[in-house]
Amino acid sequence: MNATFNPSLYNAGLVYARPEIFLTIAACAILMLDLMLTDAQRRWTGILSVISLGITAVLVVGQPLSTRIVALGGLFELDRMAQVLKVVTLLTVAVVFVYSTDYLKRRAIFKGEYFVLGLFATLGAMVLISAGSLITLYLGLELMSLSLYAMVAFDRDSGIAAESAIKYFVLGSMASGTLLYGMSIIYGMTGSLELAGIANAVGAGFGANLGLVFGIAFLIVGVGFKFGAVPFHMWIPDVYEGSPTCVTVFIGTASKLAAFALAMRLLPEALGASQADWTQMLVVLSVLSMAIGNIVAIAQFNLKRMLAYSTISHVGYVLLGILSGTAQGYQAAMFYMISYVVVAAGAFGMILLLARQGFEADKLEDFKGLNARSPWFAGMMAILMFSLAGVPPFIGFWAKLGVIQAVLGVQLTWLAVVAVLFSVVGAYYYLRVVKLMYFDEPGDAAAIGGSTLMRTVLSANALLVLGIGIYPGALLLLCQRALQ
Amino acid sequence: MANLMFGGHLLSVLIWLPVIGGVVVLGLNDRPELAKWLSLLVSALALLLSVPLWSGFATGTAAMQFIERAPWIATIHSEYYIGVDGISMPLILLTTFTTVLIVIAGWTNVAKRVAQYFAAFLILEGLMIGVFAALDGALFYVFWEAMLIPMFIIIGIWGGPRRVYATIKFFLYTFVGSLLMLVALIYMYLKSGSYELAAFQRLPLSLAEQTFIFLAFFAAFAVKVPMFPVHTWLPDAHVEAPTGGSVVLAAIMLKMGGYGFLRFSLPIAPDASRTLDWLIIALSLIAVVYIGFVALVQTDMKKLIAYSSIAHMGFVTLGMFIGFQIAAHTGKTSGIEMGLDGALVQMLSHGLVSGALFLSVGVMYDRVHSREISAYGGVVNTMPKFAAFMVLFALANSGLPGTSGFVGEFLVILASFKANVWYAFLAGTALVLGAAYTLWLVKRVIFGEVANAKVAALKDLNGREFLVLGVLAAAVLLVGVWPAPLLDVMRATTQHLAEQLLLSKVAL
Repeated sequence: MNATFNPSLYNAGLVYARPEIFLTIAACAILMLDLMLTDAQRRWTGILSVISLGITAVLVVGQPLSTRIVALGGLFELDRMAQVLKVVTLLTVAVVFVYSTDYLKRRAIFKGEYFVLGLFATLGAMVLISAGSLITLYLGLELMSLSLYAMVAFDRDSGIAAESAIKYFVLGSMASGTLLYGMSIIYGMTGSLELAGIANAVGAGFGANLGLVFGIAFLIVGVGFKFGAVPFHMWIPDVYEGSPTCVTVFIGTASKLAAFALAMRLLPEALGASQADWTQMLVVLSVLSMAIGNIVAIAQFNLKRMLAYSTISHVGYVLLGILSGTAQGYQAAMFYMISYVVVAAGAFGMILLLARQGFEADKLEDFKGLNARSPWFAGMMAILMFSLAGVPPFIGFWAKLGVIQAVLGVQLTWLAVVAVLFSVVGAYYYLRVVKLMYFDEPGDAAAIGGSTLMRTVLSANALLVLGIGIYPGALLLLCQRALQ
Repeated sequence: MANLMFGGHLLSVLIWLPVIGGVVVLGLNDRPELAKWLSLLVSALALLLSVPLWSGFATGTAAMQFIERAPWIATIHSEYYIGVDGISMPLILLTTFTTVLIVIAGWTNVAKRVAQYFAAFLILEGLMIGVFAALDGALFYVFWEAMLIPMFIIIGIWGGPRRVYATIKFFLYTFVGSLLMLVALIYMYLKSGSYELAAFQRLPLSLAEQTFIFLAFFAAFAVKVPMFPVHTWLPDAHVEAPTGGSVVLAAIMLKMGGYGFLRFSLPIAPDASRTLDWLIIALSLIAVVYIGFVALVQTDMKKLIAYSSIAHMGFVTLGMFIGFQIAAHTGKTSGIEMGLDGALVQMLSHGLVSGALFLSVGVMYDRVHSREISAYGGVVNTMPKFAAFMVLFALANSGLPGTSGFVGEFLVILASFKANVWYAFLAGTALVLGAAYTLWLVKRVIFGEVANAKVAALKDLNGREFLVLGVLAAAVLLVGVWPAPLLDVMRATTQHLAEQLLLSKVAL
């Protein structure tokens, strides 16, 4: 970091952080406003939150960008990847808010805190995505994580939610500590907190240093935890199952994008020169994640738990792209992450749609005979499940194609074969959901709830999975441009 | 020219008309009658539109025809590139032809979710035509896999008691093989820089590379054909599937495995095909002989026909790979061509005959609700018209001269003779066994005394059933008596393929 503080340098850079600044102000304003609203007016909190997310997204898109910009004395970094990830995060959170509204109302926990904490978590994710130094990286990560811990515990009367929150908090703190430890070692070895500085130092020959490898190992533990990669996945199933579903969807989507950014900033960007070291570690994490995630998911009867293990397995595939260490691999990993988030948002959205007063709809059997109850939404869920299984013509297939291409591109053919074989294992439990919906008779005949807005957004979400699946070119191109 | 219909987009129309039609039908959930008529209209239209494909087809060339090419996914250099040659065009006709019959045959015997039933078949039809027409690896793979979804649903919703087991088995079996093929496709893309099939065929590959690619393709296609020992999903799927599903499986889906060998394995990995031909020949002969015996002991009619399908498809794979040995003796391509021609005719013939047999079983099942052979006997007494058709199809299945079944088997056996007398001997036993299990089936079901009250109460074919079986019978006889037009269409393509097979890609 610069030894001398130069205020003008910081002021000039603030313009690049306009979206983050706006979101901070908006979140604070909504927090204040919410205090003055009666319960009947509470929906304005949600509406304003979604509007703020929209405006922030517009501000992000509106930033003209020809090259990577490093601002605020190296703390802040703006590149195409950051722009794309930020926009996707913002849109995802907006969709999550729409999905959550009905659910919160039905459970009588329609409180402004959900939205405000959600906005702060989003802000944390944005800071993380744009981090140019280890300090901002950690700052963003903690802002996001602390907001998420609170969100998990947000349903005060739920014992299981409180248990999940404690578990998430304790394990998350440990992971943060490990990450911080790794960062301190890296700082000690390279003498720099800025990612660019670290990259220079590592590139200049510090790569062979055993201490650096030691630091990388700790970083990978932290990244693995935030991603939920095996063997740092223990928290995922419990937290996914125990949290209110409207928080699970947040953790399962927006926070994954942030975890991806964390990995990308730390590994290829800062430590690209010692890629051989972290590739080996990621190969282990990736294979274990694909194996454990896909196999254990078969034994689940709770859909949220099943999707938790499914997340773990998909993280294994994302890691395939990252570990290949090529631009093509990073693009594939980014495409995978974005497509997974789109599909996961829809899948959790379906659980939220089917949930009713006193009924969570998170058991697999709650989806029995959905085709008889609502052919439309059964079709939507089928699209999502086939996409998760990686069957064309859905988006999930192109994601798999990309990462397999990435590992084949670096002559890791055995890894590609392992990956496809575990995706066959994975296909089984996704098919089981389709089987329940289409081949079994319904267990209850209750009408499908949900506001018109939610039903429309959810349908659009699922159709997007099909639409991008048929014409994936645009999103692939976006990812290619983002990471050249 | 026919090619100018729809501004040169005839093939696209053939693919997307049924798919879009199927999606529309899907929306007619509450109006089953309308859904049926619309499905009939769409499938009949698709059949009509496939006629210009035949009439406008130039027979003298092995080049792709009715080509359409448009950019699709720029980042991976994949194109929307479709076209047909002498191998794929007859298979597309078989697809459109069979689908119309399935729609008519399913008219009254679908009890639940009528609109979804017909929609699934229409979507399936479009995707299957896509498989046969795709000339881009990624596009091919999308159609190939997407096809599994409607089939999975068809067996799972309208199937028999063990339908869930059967359909998941079907899906996972084919999925494993397909994914290995995907790895091979991506590998070749990385080497050639494009997903175009022609580029794959031109790509020089070492023998080791070819062997891996060949085995990956083998995993996909052998499951689909299905070849011994990965055939076990087929009897389950056939038995549990509704009649229409069995017909599609037997008539078209199994052909995709054979088509895959012709389009991918042979031209892309000719050297590996030559060095590994013993594997395919051995597995084919096991299928022909061993599965023939297995068919003999079946007590379930559908299962018997399913095993008979595996045995017949053994002929197809035998015909495709027998030529290498003949060429090694003679140094000429004529033996390879004969094998390929035989395999192709056998594929088409089997499509007609096995489809017809499954429809016949369906006719009986609709009345008696049993597939057990022992539940029948003396059906000829109450259903004379039906019995006539059933006997005809049974004879075609056992390869009687004058029926389509004869032409393909004859060509393949002739080719085997040129390669090795023992191959021909083993392949020849299939004729004996085929005749044994099919005719014994006919004897037990059709002839003899009326076995029970249910058979005594049987009503003969109604007009709709008569139409379906009659059309199929005419097709079986036509191909049997006058196969020349069919062989003409294929000739240039198989000739070209045979020449391709003798060129080593290692030396390139």
